[in-house]
Formats: sequence, C-alpha cells, structure tokens
Amino acid sequence: MSALDLHPAPRAASPAARIRNHGLTEARLVMRNGEQLVLALVVPIAILVAGKYVGDRVGLPLSMLGPSVLALAIWSTCFTSQAIQTGFERRYGVLERLAATPLGRNGLLAGKALAYSLISALQVVILVVVAVILGWRPVGSALAWLPMLLSVILGMSSFSLFALALSGSLKAEVTLASANLIYLLGLAGGVMWPLKDYPSGVRTVVALLPTTALGESLRAWGDGVAVWWPVLSLALWTVVLGLVARKVFRWVS
Amino acid sequence: MPEPEPLVIDDLHVAFGPVNALDGLTLTARRAEITAILGPNGAGKTTMMRCCTSLIRPDSGSLSVLGHEPGSPQAAEATGLMPQSAGAWVNIKAGELLHYMAGMYADPIDPELLIDALGIRSFARTTYRRLSGGQQQSVNLAAAIIGRPRLVFLDEPTAGMDPHARHHTWDVIEELRRDGVSVVLTSHAMDEAARLADHIWIVDQGRVAIHGGVAELTAEASLEDVFLAHTSDRADASFQPSSDQTPSRQTSTGRS
Repeated sequence: MSALDLHPAPRAASPAARIRNHGLTEARLVMRNGEQLVLALVVPIAILVAGKYVGDRVGLPLSMLGPSVLALAIWSTCFTSQAIQTGFERRYGVLERLAATPLGRNGLLAGKALAYSLISALQVVILVVVAVILGWRPVGSALAWLPMLLSVILGMSSFSLFALALSGSLKAEVTLASANLIYLLGLAGGVMWPLKDYPSGVRTVVALLPTTALGESLRAWGDGVAVWWPVLSLALWTVVLGLVARKVFRWVS
Repeated sequence: MPEPEPLVIDDLHVAFGPVNALDGLTLTARRAEITAILGPNGAGKTTMMRCCTSLIRPDSGSLSVLGHEPGSPQAAEATGLMPQSAGAWVNIKAGELLHYMAGMYADPIDPELLIDALGIRSFARTTYRRLSGGQQQSVNLAAAIIGRPRLVFLDEPTAGMDPHARHHTWDVIEELRRDGVSVVLTSHAMDEAARLADHIWIVDQGRVAIHGGVAELTAEASLEDVFLAHTSDRADASFQPSSDQTPSRQTSTGRS
C-alpha cells in the first residue's frame, strides 16, 4: 500500500464526461444480459419473420408490422428493460453508491437516458434492416419524419419515466413481474395493432395510452402520413409521468 | 478562514413511522482523524450515513459535510462512500467497476494501481456477484477512495473479511489518515475501533450514548464492556423502539 499516494485531491470530471461514462457502462451491462437481449431483438425479429409468412392472413401485413415492431422495441427497452435494471440497481445498493459520487441524480438520469437511447437506436437500425430484408418498404415522406421523430423522443422519455416511477417505488421482484406484465399489456394496448382495429367500446381508452400514440405515429410515418396528435399525447404523458416519478421515486429500498 | 470540520451533525431527527431512527444525534468528525461510530443493529448508523449522502432527508436538525449541504456537488465531489450493501451491478466485473468509478473524477487514483495495492488483481476480471464477501469489500474500499476524497464513509468496512484481509484493510485506513483523509467508519468490531479510532461515538437508539478517545473510554473497562453498558440489548423482550420510553444517556466523557 505504501506506493499509493492517498492525499486528498478531489476533482469531479466534467458533467458530459460523467454522463458519457455512466451511459456507456450501463448500455454495455444491459446488452450483456441475455434476457434483455431476447426482449430487445429476438422477440421483435420473430414477430417480423412470422409477419412475413402469415401476417397477411391475420390482417397484419409487413407494412403495418414493420413500424409496429419499431414501437415495440422502444417500449421493451425504454420501459421494461429499464424498469427491471433500475429495480435491481436499487435493490443491490448501486443507486446508494452512485448517490455519493459526483454523478449526482440529474447525471444518473441523463446517463440512463443516454444508455437506453443508444440501445434503442441500435435496435431500431437492426430491426429496420431485418424488416427491409424481409420485404418491408416504408412509403417515406419528408413531412412525416418530423412528428415521428418527436414522438420517438417523447415516447422514450415517457416510457423511461414510467420505468423509474415503477422501479423506484416497488421491490425489485415486484418490479420484475409488473414490468413484464405491463409489457404484454402495452403490446396489446396500441403498440402492435392499429387503433382503428380495436372494438369501438375500448377504442377511446386505447387511444389515450402512450403506447398507442407511439405505435400510431410510427405506422403513420410508414405510410408516409404526418399525424400530430401522438406528439401532443406523448408530451402530456411525459409531463405527468415525470411528476409521478419525482413524487414516488426512492433511491434505496 | 479555518477549514470546517469534515462532518458536523447537530440534533438530527429521522423517524420512519413510529420508529425514531435518529433521535437528536449530535456528533463531529475531525479532520485527518479516524472517527468510529459504534452501536447495536438498528442504532441509526446506516441512517446517519444515508443522511450524509442525502439519500434520507432528516426531519429536523443540521448536517454539514465538508462545510456543505449533503448531496451538494462540493460534498459529493470530495466524499467517498463504502456502502454496507453490495453496491454494484450484478454483472459488472470488479476491475470494470473501478474503472467506471474512476471515470467520475478528473484526477482519480489509477484503478490499476489500486487493483494491485488492494490485492484485487486475481479477481479483477471476475463478475462482482461471484466474489466472496471479503473480496467485494476490498473492491468497495477501492471504489470509495479512487476519487482522492477528503472524507470517506466506511460502513462496516471489514465485515466478512478474513483476518489477513482485515489487517490489510486496517493498514489502508491508517494510511488514509496519514495522508490527511478524514475517515468515518461504523463497526461492530471493538478491536477494530480500538486499534483505528482517534475518537469513538457509541450510538444507541438514534442518539449518542457516550463518546471519547479510546484511552478515555477504556480507562476503567474494556471497550466492549463500555459498549454493553451503554447500549440496548435488542434481545431484551422489554426493549421498546420508541426513544421516548427509554432514559436519556447522553454522556460526554471526552472532547466533542
């Protein structure tokens, strides 16, 4: 030990360096987790492959499945993966340790946003390539890109805040079970199926969900159509879930 | 202007429902000294640590970490924490965790130097969750000091360690003091406190029961006897967690 100089000389790295450090580390750790990889890529790719061969027969052609699967990937990563990861970070005292570092709480949130944005972006690129190989041909329209991109950013934000609200208030095991159940509910609640296909009795409720807003935005983009109501819906969800997360999130369980 | 004491806690109160976790805790840690906080399970030691890192907001009282608010950028930058719980992602490797922690600082101790100095090399590439308790503690100690802190909090730093690792860790803690780092540690090990501490605070039911230097506290009895005489026996069926049913035993036998 005598070789070490332990004289105090604390100096925090720059905020950007700390956020990059956290974001890249957490992204690497999440991608190392096999279960998360299944949620992130295997399930969406399986849906795309199934859609190519049987989609037309069940009313889910590849033109609809392509953008829906992108919404699914964002939903699974930003909500489900993040909720489970954060729940166990809290359980294992990771957040307790990080709270005492220069990263700080805002840095932690920004680092997580960076991690899951990176993972989602990588997922979306891989899934677009797979979908195109399978025969998906998005119509594309310069006008449709703007609301779609805004919806994706707001969707990632609102799903992340939902994940933090859940994982920051429940036990890790309860978060694990709840996040997987809510993943399936989201899948059925607007992520995969167009709003117009829901029975009229539940359509109004489904239309209010953030999962529906992101799914509809991506499907409209795939058809070359610009729709703006999902942007408004997701912006409202981001504000509401941000307030909820701020209220209920606890750093230690 | 004189540098403030690294840790000043004054009349701190924290309640969890009907239980008073901290009930008027008042203590000070001095610069470049080792301050030991002893107490039975549930005495409030971890709650105090969590207040110091702003994980818990006290109901009342004041708390100064290096002259700053707990959780402020100035306090976080200059503080190291070795938490009692594992404190690491389950699938991160030991060396990877230390490189991550080093990335939070502009001028950290080289993680590779710490890996060698603390005997971590042989398990640096092992996943943290596969390490023994003592190995995890070594990694946690390295992580706490990697940012060259002025003040380190060590929550039961040698719990789970074998005797060799304990003595090695004690050497590191003494070297921290030698180089001017202020150390606040909690422990259940009387021999650890007696060997290391410049000042000992024995805490019971959220408040200080007695404090002083090792020589002062052990003038007439062993440290363990002093501890037993001034703390509650949790196995006692008559024990009541609410502090208003227990007599006050705030006794200063030394400097404060």
